[in-house]
Amino acid sequence: MDLLILILQGIIVAATPLVFAAIGELVVERAGVLNLGVEGMMILGAVSGFAITLESGSILIGIVSAALAGGAAALLFGILTQLLLSNQVATGLALTIFGLGLSALLGQGYSGATVMALEKIHITVLSDIPILGAIIFSYDPLIYLSFGLTGCVAWFLAKTRAGLILRAVGENHDAAHALGYGVVKIRLAALVFGGACAGIGGAYLSIVQTPFWVEDMTSGRGWIALAIVVFSTWHPGRALLGAYLFGGVTVVQLHVQGLGVDIQAQVLSMLPYIVTIIVLVMISRDTLRAKLNAPACLNKSFFASS
Amino acid sequence: MIRLEARNQTSRTLLFWSPILAVGITVIAGTIMFALLGKAPIRAIAIIFLEPLGDIFSIAEIVVKATPLILIAVGLSFGFKAGIWNIGAEGQFTIGALSGGSVALALYQIDGAWVLPLMCLAGAVGGMLWAAIPAFLKTRYNANEILVSLMLTYVAVLLLSALVHGPLKDPDGMNFPESRIFHDAATLPILIEGTRAHVGFVTAIVAVAISWLVLSRHIFGYQIKVLGQSQRAARFGGFNEKHVTWICLMISGGLAGLAGLFEAAGPVGQLVPALPVGYGFTAIIVAFLGRLNPLGILLGGFVMALTYIGGESAQIELNLPSAVTGVFQGMLLFFLLGIDVLANYKIRMTQPLSRKLSE
Amino acid sequence: MKTPILLELSEITKTFPGVKANNDISFSIKPGEIHALLGENGAGKSTLVKIIYGIMQPDHGQMFFGEKLYKPSEPFEARANGIGMVFQHFSLFEALTVAENIELGINKEAASKDLNRQISEISETYGLPVDPIQRIGSLSVGECQRVEVVRCLLQKPRLLIMDEPTSVLTPQESHLLFQTLTKLSQDGCSILYISHKLEEIRMLCERATVLRDGKVVAQCSPREESARSLAKMMIGSNLKTPQPSKPAFGEKRLSVNGLSINSTNPLGTSLCNLVFEVRAGEILGIAGVAGNGQTELFEVLSGERTVDKNMVQLDHRLVGHEGPTKRRELGMCCIPEERVGHAVVPDMSLWENCILSARTRQKLERNGFLNIPASHNFAEKIVENFNVKTPSVKRDVRSLSGGNLQKFIVGREMLQNPRILVIMQPTWGVDAAAAADIHFALNELAETGTAILTISQDLDELIAISNSFAVISEGRLSEPRPTINVTIEEIGLLMGKTSHFEKNEQNDPP
Repeated sequence: MDLLILILQGIIVAATPLVFAAIGELVVERAGVLNLGVEGMMILGAVSGFAITLESGSILIGIVSAALAGGAAALLFGILTQLLLSNQVATGLALTIFGLGLSALLGQGYSGATVMALEKIHITVLSDIPILGAIIFSYDPLIYLSFGLTGCVAWFLAKTRAGLILRAVGENHDAAHALGYGVVKIRLAALVFGGACAGIGGAYLSIVQTPFWVEDMTSGRGWIALAIVVFSTWHPGRALLGAYLFGGVTVVQLHVQGLGVDIQAQVLSMLPYIVTIIVLVMISRDTLRAKLNAPACLNKSFFASS
Repeated sequence: MIRLEARNQTSRTLLFWSPILAVGITVIAGTIMFALLGKAPIRAIAIIFLEPLGDIFSIAEIVVKATPLILIAVGLSFGFKAGIWNIGAEGQFTIGALSGGSVALALYQIDGAWVLPLMCLAGAVGGMLWAAIPAFLKTRYNANEILVSLMLTYVAVLLLSALVHGPLKDPDGMNFPESRIFHDAATLPILIEGTRAHVGFVTAIVAVAISWLVLSRHIFGYQIKVLGQSQRAARFGGFNEKHVTWICLMISGGLAGLAGLFEAAGPVGQLVPALPVGYGFTAIIVAFLGRLNPLGILLGGFVMALTYIGGESAQIELNLPSAVTGVFQGMLLFFLLGIDVLANYKIRMTQPLSRKLSE
Repeated sequence: MKTPILLELSEITKTFPGVKANNDISFSIKPGEIHALLGENGAGKSTLVKIIYGIMQPDHGQMFFGEKLYKPSEPFEARANGIGMVFQHFSLFEALTVAENIELGINKEAASKDLNRQISEISETYGLPVDPIQRIGSLSVGECQRVEVVRCLLQKPRLLIMDEPTSVLTPQESHLLFQTLTKLSQDGCSILYISHKLEEIRMLCERATVLRDGKVVAQCSPREESARSLAKMMIGSNLKTPQPSKPAFGEKRLSVNGLSINSTNPLGTSLCNLVFEVRAGEILGIAGVAGNGQTELFEVLSGERTVDKNMVQLDHRLVGHEGPTKRRELGMCCIPEERVGHAVVPDMSLWENCILSARTRQKLERNGFLNIPASHNFAEKIVENFNVKTPSVKRDVRSLSGGNLQKFIVGREMLQNPRILVIMQPTWGVDAAAAADIHFALNELAETGTAILTISQDLDELIAISNSFAVISEGRLSEPRPTINVTIEEIGLLMGKTSHFEKNEQNDPP
């Protein structure tokens, strides 16, 4: 039983960075932009969150800086793709390469240091309930924030006028423009939000999960977040589910290694990536459904000729 | 206010000059970055961009780095032109090294002029097979090749690591995770005595020449170009998108695999877990820097190799982290993509603001 | 001025690189009147209404709305002032519901909570049945237009702009639209009605302003004019009379036998048991409202979508399973509806675009390599024979204007001496002169014995050029018959035979 609780808690901790990054990217893609730079934004969030937390001594300031760093990187992407109309795929790749390089440069002096990890919230009575208390009521605030974020984004997209406008921009930017909506402004806002989320996701890795800084510590999580968005068919609730699925694979794989099963560690480490591919194939094979769900203007440049 | 206005004709002059402009701006931005880091900026730029050109040994090292970059980038340019985004060249590179290297290890101490060609073949086929996975999943199940090829890169690197920790480990190697060092018949001949520049470079040049011919003069190059701009027009022209996808991924996978084998059988000389050092990703920048044109890629490969070698000297002389190279490469691609807008759009100054205020 | 004026335009001028789209345009609209803005494609109508609706701003000139200076910098302002617009290419979002689309098109203040109730109120008052929870993608074109109209009416507009509203409707649907518009104008709403269809303007509008080359060339009362005199104002010369049809045709060239397929697009139309043939020298016209299976039919004919071998026959060969290249080799050339991105690649030069569809018949490819000199020559030949205005065949095709581009595409296929030519929307968005050239070329090609199949939404065009005539509706084709014997009314009935429209019609009291 204790092991099971440990595994469940592990899954939630492993999934949380993915939840942040995937929910952010989901909003961006709903607005019709494909930002492949999630990995770059996450790693920038990880390094700045860690460094600022260490310097300032405040985890809150650290996390806010991580969000700012991710948002700034996304804004750079936005300026290039939305104002200068560069290719979104190439620019996203550039952002990832740049982010990995810059984070290594900035984080040079911080390797080996550690910060105080974010403390779990302890709610009297609730957290003390046997089993349930451990599974539901004993996490750090960011995990609860990730749930709140998912709920808010789902509500925003489905129920608010602003969310409707954002979806409209992703569906048909020419029509949205004809109706007088500022396509570029809306997309830039979505991008900055997505970048901030990715930044927080990265900071969760370096401040809470590990908590220390190493180069390349995101090791593909940004890309997995992108796959989760496809998996979710652009619905926030399913993105949460997707993130937990991948978190599950990662944690179970670690525990299997820990149990001393006679499989090489590297082979087990491949699992999350292979699962990602399999899930991607299963979701994509139904082309009709994919066509109906994907935002119609995803990855198309918008240029107002009038 | 500044407004963009679409040109009705892409400016070929600007298309030619923008990479050069981008390199220039990167150098300026780099100077600022070094100043901020508290390093002597002019000195740093000189170390990175000029000093490696000073002696034959450094130039040979540039050739060593440029070889895989050019090979991979030329292969990628086929797919990129067609809108097929193989981002996993790093993985194909790794598998190429692994499969070609395994042949070398299997034939350990066996001499013969056929050993090396067989290794090359195995390397190229290995890369192709690895690229065949995204090709199959894309054409059959519509799975996004960007994500699949990238996930496979992580798998490939782990696979290499698993094998050199296990079956391919040097039996006399004191349990280090390394393979045996390849015997002479399985090592690439050197071009210039006393350096590491190897015959792989000649292959890269040949690949550039053939690719240029195919892309600019052959109907397949034409198909790629059409498909990259409009899938419907390609279908109207009678071109089969799936065939083009397969061929593009096979070309890029094969060349990346070959590059991986060259790396293993050339400068490294054995299989080690750290063999993949990011050439597959840097080659993406090289491909764009070269305008997806093989001749441009040849030049772009040298520029990028220069930043590697220069970055290495900067690490030693100025105590800079190796990441500087990555920052430079990212900036370069950013600037390039940003400047490209000029080829397709004119920048116009308008004054709606003042007009709005006056009326 | 004694009569009140709702909207007054004064010396509106708008210049684009190379064209003066609007040149010193002045006219006014009275409250409650239906005012026609008449002009050929490219006369500057669309630019003008975009200026009125605040999408574009004029370079010079002023507008007054209800006697006050009106200077909208974006559509929100136009809507806040009481101006609504129904676009020619709908500004609808396919994946969203009717209610969501309507909400997006009205200003925030007007989007109240009981939107659905308001929608049904408007629907009933003006006879515009819409279902708020349906997705736009599942609606017919006529229904989409109704959504657009309802969206405008919710804002209680004082001026409603309609841009070519009937170009996508069956005659019956158009008739119903006119009833709605008449009722609106009786209720005091002015309507600016943009069209180049003369009969409907004569029927509907009280006054008309005629544009040509960006200038106002006439103001008139259309009910007092004949269609011919209106046309003369619009085009500036007399209309050409249609060519008489040729009585006898040669052997069977193209036959389609029981063609049935499911659409690959979730929002597309499936084809059901199509049967027809085209003989040498014959021009068969297929009419129909957009989205009734024309795109699917074209893809099957061009070979972009392969079907069962027996379904398509060229001369004596069964070719249903063959791709575009093989069909071209056998003598079939096709011209799709969408020019940019389907018929041509915009960022490639004229000569490169020749290779796309003419490489087999014109030998522009040798052993897999491009024959560049031959491609240049062929492009030069098209430019010369079809009077395409371009400085060089090395220019990208996107630099060509609409009319020149279509002449280039038509020329590319016609100069290959096809045995069969399939052409979709031959003159859509093309200026009158180029349209006449294309019609002339089609007739000439038929004289030389080519079998021609034309798929078009423009009934007047089809009646003018085709010998035989059929209508496609919901993926079914009516039996082809000689054009001489059919009337517009008959065609209209065939077009609307199975549409959603009639079904809804029966439920509504008149």
